[in-house]
Amino acid sequence: MIPELGHVALIIAFVLAIGLAVVPMWGAARRDVAAMNMAPSLAVGVTVFVAVAFALLAASFLQDDFSVAVVAANSNSLLPPIFKFSALWGNHEGSLLLWVLILSGWMAAVATFSRGLPLVMVARVLSVMGMVAVGFLAFSLLTSNPFERLLPNTPLDGNDLNPLLQDPGLIIHPPLLYMGYVGLSVPFAFAIAALMGGRLDASWARWSRPWTNVAWGFLSLGIMLGSWWAYYELGWGGWWFWDPVENASFMPWLMGTALVHSLAATEKRGVFRSWTVLLAIFAFSLSLLGTFLVRSGVLTSVHAFAADPERGLFILIFLALVVGGSLLLYALRAPSVASRVNYSGVSRESLLMINNLVFTVSTIVVLLGTLFPLIMDAFSLGKYSVGPPYFNAVFVPLMALVMPFMAVGPLSRWREDTTRRWLHELLVPGLGVLVVAIVLAFLGSDDFNLWIAFAVLLSGWVALGVVKDLWRRIATGVDGGLTWRRLTPSFIGMTLAHLGFAAVVLGAVVVTQENEERDLRMAVGDVETLGAYRFELMSLGQQAGPNYLADQAVFEVRLDQELIAVLVPEKRRYFASGQIMTEAAIDARLWRDLYIALGEPIGEQAWAVRLQYKPMVRWLWLGALMIGLGALVTAFDRRYRSQRSNVTAAQSGVAAVAG
Amino acid sequence: MKIALRVLIRAAICGQLWLAPVVLAVIETYEFSSPDLELRYHQLSQELRCPKCQNQNIADSNAPIARDLRVVLYEQLEQGATDDEILAFMVARYGEFVRYRPGVDRNTVLLWAAPGLLLMLGAVGLLFHFRQRPSARSTDLTEAEQAEITRLLGEPRD
Amino acid sequence: MRAKRFIPLVAFAVLAGLLFRGLSIDPTELPAARLGQPFPDFAQPELNSGRQISVSALSELPALVNVWATWCYSCRVEHPYLLALAEQGVPIYGLNYKDEPVKAREWLAQLGDPYQLNVVDKEGSVGLDLGVYGAPETYVVDAAGHIAHRHVGVLDEAVFQRDFIRWFPAAASPVVAVGSEGEQ
Repeated sequence: MIPELGHVALIIAFVLAIGLAVVPMWGAARRDVAAMNMAPSLAVGVTVFVAVAFALLAASFLQDDFSVAVVAANSNSLLPPIFKFSALWGNHEGSLLLWVLILSGWMAAVATFSRGLPLVMVARVLSVMGMVAVGFLAFSLLTSNPFERLLPNTPLDGNDLNPLLQDPGLIIHPPLLYMGYVGLSVPFAFAIAALMGGRLDASWARWSRPWTNVAWGFLSLGIMLGSWWAYYELGWGGWWFWDPVENASFMPWLMGTALVHSLAATEKRGVFRSWTVLLAIFAFSLSLLGTFLVRSGVLTSVHAFAADPERGLFILIFLALVVGGSLLLYALRAPSVASRVNYSGVSRESLLMINNLVFTVSTIVVLLGTLFPLIMDAFSLGKYSVGPPYFNAVFVPLMALVMPFMAVGPLSRWREDTTRRWLHELLVPGLGVLVVAIVLAFLGSDDFNLWIAFAVLLSGWVALGVVKDLWRRIATGVDGGLTWRRLTPSFIGMTLAHLGFAAVVLGAVVVTQENEERDLRMAVGDVETLGAYRFELMSLGQQAGPNYLADQAVFEVRLDQELIAVLVPEKRRYFASGQIMTEAAIDARLWRDLYIALGEPIGEQAWAVRLQYKPMVRWLWLGALMIGLGALVTAFDRRYRSQRSNVTAAQSGVAAVAG
Repeated sequence: MKIALRVLIRAAICGQLWLAPVVLAVIETYEFSSPDLELRYHQLSQELRCPKCQNQNIADSNAPIARDLRVVLYEQLEQGATDDEILAFMVARYGEFVRYRPGVDRNTVLLWAAPGLLLMLGAVGLLFHFRQRPSARSTDLTEAEQAEITRLLGEPRD
Repeated sequence: MRAKRFIPLVAFAVLAGLLFRGLSIDPTELPAARLGQPFPDFAQPELNSGRQISVSALSELPALVNVWATWCYSCRVEHPYLLALAEQGVPIYGLNYKDEPVKAREWLAQLGDPYQLNVVDKEGSVGLDLGVYGAPETYVVDAAGHIAHRHVGVLDEAVFQRDFIRWFPAAASPVVAVGSEGEQ
């Protein structure tokens, strides 16, 4: 009964979404206030019924209702309850429902927080999001019904959740990632609404900017969690693989990065308007494209969902309608007159342009690399592979290119600045960083490492620019004292995100360059060293988990005779599927990780063991965390909260009050 | 590194993560005659794609063919083959497909040139943009127009 | 000026067309790298006689070269169809890939022997030279001794009629065999 109720709830949500897609849009065209006023209620209605459907599917999982096909295929009675719950989105059908749930959640949020916006705008924005919801609800109902039953051949127990996904990281990684992915539909909807209304002004940028930052922040956090999960769960200590599915989430992030910066210029200066609209369309389009790539099977990937050309065709048609329609609208309605605000080549605007250029090129390059095998195949030009060596070779220089400008950006002035002032601000700190980079590179390892010197130089440069800017703001209080007044949330967020980016770059380069790794045969009592660390295998044993049996090895790690960690890597055998999983043991510190993974037993008493020393690997995720949190913090800026009271002012574009 | 015992552990996923991966470890013992060969072994095994277990390089894959290719790689390195010779050997048998770093040929030249070309295109575009646009110093707007814009947009503080 | 605004739309249309094409392509399918080249030479024992043979032993051309092993379940599925093909007069050479010759001989004694002869490739070196990455695989060697086609997975009636018939026009529909995908 529960699955049927869930199915009905999903159908009701679908009908309401159709209403949302049609009625307010019609109302906006006819200036029918009653029709437009229905938008928020319809949006909340869709959310409620999708939430009901989601809760009922969750109930089916938690109650082990193996008559439901997805439950039977992805859960098991032995599974701990929390994983029964997260098993919901460990498969195509359930994850699609999560997609729709999060989309409707964003709709409800827009409906709630945009009461002060012009009615026409709200109606159009929610209606556009309703159209997206119609597409995904139809996709779910027509091709991927999560409530499908296995009757009368109900299995006695389920197939179990893939052991790789039985992990806390996988409980929160997909929801966060989808928050970002789907959240980009909000700036998209604002862009489309603005194009329809023919009003691409500063107020439009003001309205969509906090939503964009928040969505982009979630996307950053989601990607970070995915990378972290891969690091500790896959057992070989890698943190980024340039797999097509990773690229699918990375492309919207890159485009989103350009959008976040371009929106800043549009909001503050009213420039780049049609470019910003285009970026908003692209960012969400890349989300949709990612969904297509992951679920259609056109690319081989480690973690694609079950490939199904029919589903692929459905998403492709949907993609064509949404993206094609948006770009057509853009072609017809984008402002034909270039914005009349002037700025010089030496200004914050031009620096933001460089950011946009680099991140747009990066996006295109990642897209090209991801699709290249498909392009060659489609034209029968042979089978090619494009993997990490290519992406690293092209991506690293692109990032290195943007960093010199990152330090200048926050310090620079809008409209017109001078290189002399930039030099004055940054010359001394720049030289300081240069010296530090060279010294550190010599100290860090026996021989000079150019890569690390370069990374320290660039990251230090960015960090110094940020710190200098911070200081400038604090130190301009009256009477030469300090003031915190100018540290607005949007400034703090930007500072955090830029420092985070520097940390990610530094961590990535250091761990890639200085990673140490030994693969060894070890028996109880054996001692091996890795750098300055001594690893002793103390004992071997077995430990039963709720749904697996684990072989464990206990290691003591010493540094200068002092015991610094006891590490217990495991090799688990899961009962339901019989799958074997490596569970690495990690001693994580700010400056280095020690990483032990078990291979296979060699003979009676020994195991193959991989020991790894990974310096500064934490900086990757700490940095990404700072980027994500920084983006979220900006949304608390007062000028966004005062949207409601400021509407009239914002409409005439005079609302640029807070720094 | 004369007679270094080299045990390779490969926790590997073959197949699709959401479906039915086999997470196993493959152990091999290689004795490299020099650390340089060992380094090249690692680099090459990570740049060669497994033809069977197509999501992985041959270093991480536990497919039998990946094991065979690792043996071939090891033997060829010990026999003094250059990287190019080894890659040519692999490509002759399994096609360009096995190279995760596509070689530059008629088909891939655009792939490799794309980042540079796009950047140049963008840079030229930006240059033209600044050429067209009158700079802030030599504004061709009348004072009244300028005032109007200032009024409309407000003067941002930074 | 207006036309410029259509660039994104056009670019997207191209991309969508590409993706549509992609839906009907199997990304995992690999064509043989050796296509059009002479069958690589080898020096291996023959399975039944034990005598050393080389590529010149593949004398009756065009022919099929079938890569098989006793550990390969799909090969068992495929076997009856190979017998039927042999009966139709299609010459089939076997490449016994990474297998135990004793077991292989038992298999042929038990299930019937469709092969003209069998190359013993215990180490998989012939397979490597051919670009084999699993079993079963079936190659067409044309009249000139060149590799003309490769099929990965079980060879059955449908596949044979679709991809192989042009080299063996004399082989009229033999039997209907049921097949599944390859393994290893």
